[in-house]
Amino acid sequence: MINRLQTLGRWGLIRFERLGRGSMFLMQVLAGLPALLLRPRLTLQQVYATGVLSLVIIIVSGLFVGMVLGLQGYNTLVDFGAEESLGVLVALSLVRELGPVIAALLFAGRAGSALTAEIGLMKATEQLSAMEMMAVDPLARVVAPRLLGGFIAMPLLAAMFSAVGVFGGYFVGVGLLGVDDGSFWSQMQAKVNLQEDIMNGVIKSVVFGFVVTWIAVFEGYDAVPTSEGISRATTRTVVNSSLAVLGLDFVMTALMFGGF
Amino acid sequence: MVQTRTIEVAVGLFVAAGLGALFVLAMKVSNLTAFTDDTGYQLVAKFENVGSLKVGAPVSIAGVRVGRVGNIGIDHTTHEAVVKLNINKEYTDIPADTAASVLTAGLLGEQYVALEPGGDIKALRAGDEIKLTQPALVLEKIIGQFLFSKAQEGPSKK
Repeated sequence: MINRLQTLGRWGLIRFERLGRGSMFLMQVLAGLPALLLRPRLTLQQVYATGVLSLVIIIVSGLFVGMVLGLQGYNTLVDFGAEESLGVLVALSLVRELGPVIAALLFAGRAGSALTAEIGLMKATEQLSAMEMMAVDPLARVVAPRLLGGFIAMPLLAAMFSAVGVFGGYFVGVGLLGVDDGSFWSQMQAKVNLQEDIMNGVIKSVVFGFVVTWIAVFEGYDAVPTSEGISRATTRTVVNSSLAVLGLDFVMTALMFGGF
Repeated sequence: MVQTRTIEVAVGLFVAAGLGALFVLAMKVSNLTAFTDDTGYQLVAKFENVGSLKVGAPVSIAGVRVGRVGNIGIDHTTHEAVVKLNINKEYTDIPADTAASVLTAGLLGEQYVALEPGGDIKALRAGDEIKLTQPALVLEKIIGQFLFSKAQEGPSKK
């Protein structure tokens, strides 16, 4: 009995220790951010690696998610003779939920895992130690631009996901299923609010971008410097950031739309 | 290693596309601007009540869409709703004694303007007003009238 309790206690302590280390790590990285302003090129390169290279998967998934929404929404709404509301359904579900969440999940898989593997390998091949030897702070030189780059790229990716998705829904709803063109847009414009819906979606994607890149760079930096350790760290990045995104999404939805 | 210039251009495009997507969401999805296709001419109709008619709703004759609702305002003397109808330019032969009414598509559907053509030889021209109009049905009023007429009939004799 006591042994069980001890195991649980040790497990809890390890979790808390990791959380604490992650927060300290974040503070140190944030302290390195002002120095980045002198070298914007480093950040630019990371926006390219995390953002531009994720563009294809984001746009293609956005298009298909929008098209599926159009198809499924139409089949349900047509029973009530309310297929003109298809635009509202597609736009609200994309802008409020699916855009930020799916984009963040894809971002974690596509860019987060790459960040972890990259930093982990740098650690394993002692590049980070070599930098410290040369009095270059690896947190400021390597980690900070990656954090900032992911933080910039993610909201833009989510916005593109939603916009492409709306046009995917438009294509299926208006183009293939014959929903009235003007009703699709006018109902959407009447019901979607800039502040309440679009801004809240953007806030969500900013938070997700921050959390996913934070987890990715921390897992990489904290990885056991062996090939097995890096593979575990990469897995943990994807699992933890997906869970964090879904959990935070519920909390933020409850705060924004829950009416508390 | 990709060249720095290529990276910079790609990132520039990426940021522009992202901001463009936000702009599309703000403009097209939420209602910051109303878009109109201005190929055609405009008619005016005054309604006692337009219900929940929205800008961009269809205008149809015999169920076929001939245009869209362009603008909804209010007449400051009669306090009627003034609805501007953008009619496509191919439908230039709408008779002058056409009647307009606000109807609902389906049980829960959106409201639209239906035009019922009369027999006049003269056609409506740009800016003309449709004189015969029928307001949107407000369900509460109809139920109220129904109950009122039932009450007036008195208890049914069976």
